[in-house]
Amino acid sequence: MMPKAKLKAQKQTRAAELVQPLPEGGAWVTRARDAALARWSDMGAPLKRDEYWKYTDPRALIAEESLQADLLDTGSEAPVFDAFDRVKLVFVDGVFDAAASDALALDGVELELLADATKADLHWAREVFGTLEARAQSPVERPLASFNTAYATQGVLIRVTGTPAKPISLIYRRSAEDADAMLHHVIRVEAGAEVTLLENGPLAARSNTVIEAEIGEGATLHHIRSQGRDHARLSAAHIFVRLSAGAQLKSFTLTVNGALTRNEAQVWLDGADGSAHLAGASVGDGAFHADDTVFVAHNAPGCESRQVYKKVLRHGAVGVFQGKILVDRLAQKTDGYQISQALLLDEDAQFLAKPELEIYADDVKCSHGSTSGEIDSTQLYYLRARGIPDAEAKMLLVLAFLAEALDEIADTELAGDLRDRLEAWLQRHK
Amino acid sequence: MLKIENLHAELEDDSEVKILKGLSLTINPGEVHAIMGPNGSGKSTLSYVLSGRDGYEVTEGSATLEGADLLDMDPEERAAAGLFLAFQYPVEIPGVGNMTFLRTAVNAQRKARGEEELSAGEFLKIIRAKAKDLQIDADMLKRPVNVGFSGGEKKRNEILQMAMLEPKMCILDETDSGLDVDAMKLVSDGVNALRDAGRSFLVITHYQRLLDHIKPDVVHIMSEGRIIKTGGPELALEVEHNGYADLLAEANA
Repeated sequence: MMPKAKLKAQKQTRAAELVQPLPEGGAWVTRARDAALARWSDMGAPLKRDEYWKYTDPRALIAEESLQADLLDTGSEAPVFDAFDRVKLVFVDGVFDAAASDALALDGVELELLADATKADLHWAREVFGTLEARAQSPVERPLASFNTAYATQGVLIRVTGTPAKPISLIYRRSAEDADAMLHHVIRVEAGAEVTLLENGPLAARSNTVIEAEIGEGATLHHIRSQGRDHARLSAAHIFVRLSAGAQLKSFTLTVNGALTRNEAQVWLDGADGSAHLAGASVGDGAFHADDTVFVAHNAPGCESRQVYKKVLRHGAVGVFQGKILVDRLAQKTDGYQISQALLLDEDAQFLAKPELEIYADDVKCSHGSTSGEIDSTQLYYLRARGIPDAEAKMLLVLAFLAEALDEIADTELAGDLRDRLEAWLQRHK
Repeated sequence: MLKIENLHAELEDDSEVKILKGLSLTINPGEVHAIMGPNGSGKSTLSYVLSGRDGYEVTEGSATLEGADLLDMDPEERAAAGLFLAFQYPVEIPGVGNMTFLRTAVNAQRKARGEEELSAGEFLKIIRAKAKDLQIDADMLKRPVNVGFSGGEKKRNEILQMAMLEPKMCILDETDSGLDVDAMKLVSDGVNALRDAGRSFLVITHYQRLLDHIKPDVVHIMSEGRIIKTGGPELALEVEHNGYADLLAEANA
């Protein structure tokens, strides 16, 4: 094994190679970017030798040469969430497209582009931007997020003061085969407010995104993300969320295809009686690697959390789950649940799981489980004995397997849209 | 209707374990036959082999449904041809709604037979009426297949499936196991309501009591993979009073 100091030096050297001049901006953002760049330089770039990169090689995510990823022709298929009334903000190759977007106006919400906000010297976002990312560097370092804070110039700032009538929808489209994109979104849901944030589409050939969200007392954030289905694209996505007392988070991610996906989440339940549900469904056939790395920290009493991750894999597809529930000694009456499961449709597919519990309080209820297996032959026989053909019966069972994750979406119509997409994918990959 | 001749079957994984050893049986349209026999005589295996479950190898003999070779068909083809097995242990399927499951099954069979599929509305109308007869409430129809159902609910759900699929040949594998007196009556009434001149039944059971409710035309005694005696309903009463010992001794004599 390589000595720690030598590994660190190697990481720092790699990080230094990627340093460029910081983007121009007002005082608040320059301070945040300077600090993020310092974190990046100190932590260094991620390497496969890092404990939480053991199952996913970060090299391609930080390689200097640009990446070629074919654009997927989805034909006449309507994009995800197309049927729903929402405020649409479109990013093409990671750059805001005003002409394709709706006006930045919605009752109960202040919407602003990061590119505009960074011109000011003072902004409400300074309390969140880079702050949650900095906090998320412990207990596990996430240098790619610091790199994002330092260099991202695109994104949306969302301050929710009421309960808007429709979701805010971030739509990602690609036009170049070799684009790199970095987005940084900041969300503050003020006390008692409630909002739904949708994200859909492939961002770029290679992307690095950060969402930092503050959920105020008794407020709710619904976050539903569908990461497109382009095949060769690489994506590193981070979501960092701090919840106040009685706040609620429901975050769901659908990952279909994609050569490399690393979805990191860090959630802090800082106030009593908060609730955080994180869920994901991934399906991959062939060159597919989907990694969910999820940390939920219970720092206050009476909070509840769930992590529900389901992966369907075949033809060499790889699924990774690294999940941790951390319970502080103050967080009595914690109710924590974590499940990660993979359905392996053949012998070439692989699921790597690292479920962890770290509990310092004595009066808590925490359970976790991780399984991988194939389609249950008894269930399959039962369905076939009722006349359901083999392929159709298998699809029913695969969708049933994914259902527990989709059930974490509060809006059943939005969940139904994603379920239909999964069914169509399964039809194509019979 | 169902004709089984000299059927031999063994475990696929272990050809030393021979379970059916030359079983023959003919059931005419409209008839109700019962098979009784001690544990391990191969009754459930017979139902699995007929419905096409993996894990068994047929080494000799034949089984035909209205002249069509059952053993050559996939399980779903046997179902579409009109064969139905009411399971001894109905399978739980989390994540699949009971209603979705039934509509998919009904329409898959109709499609396989070249019939028009039922619309959601037509299906709903039919299932509501049939569910009511079996005292199956709307909640049970909505819940995932058999998940959290009591033993009696699972068996009633099997009979509901049978009523919806309207098979020609129904095999009931120990449908009485785990049922109390009231549930047995309900299930039997469901079965009896389906009896008609074009539909046959094979009722597999340990006990005579189910046959008080579902009156058989013919009773077979099975032992060590074969039918050792065939008679009328009085044969079931004989088993009830004297057990299998005398019959087995007689067969081995």
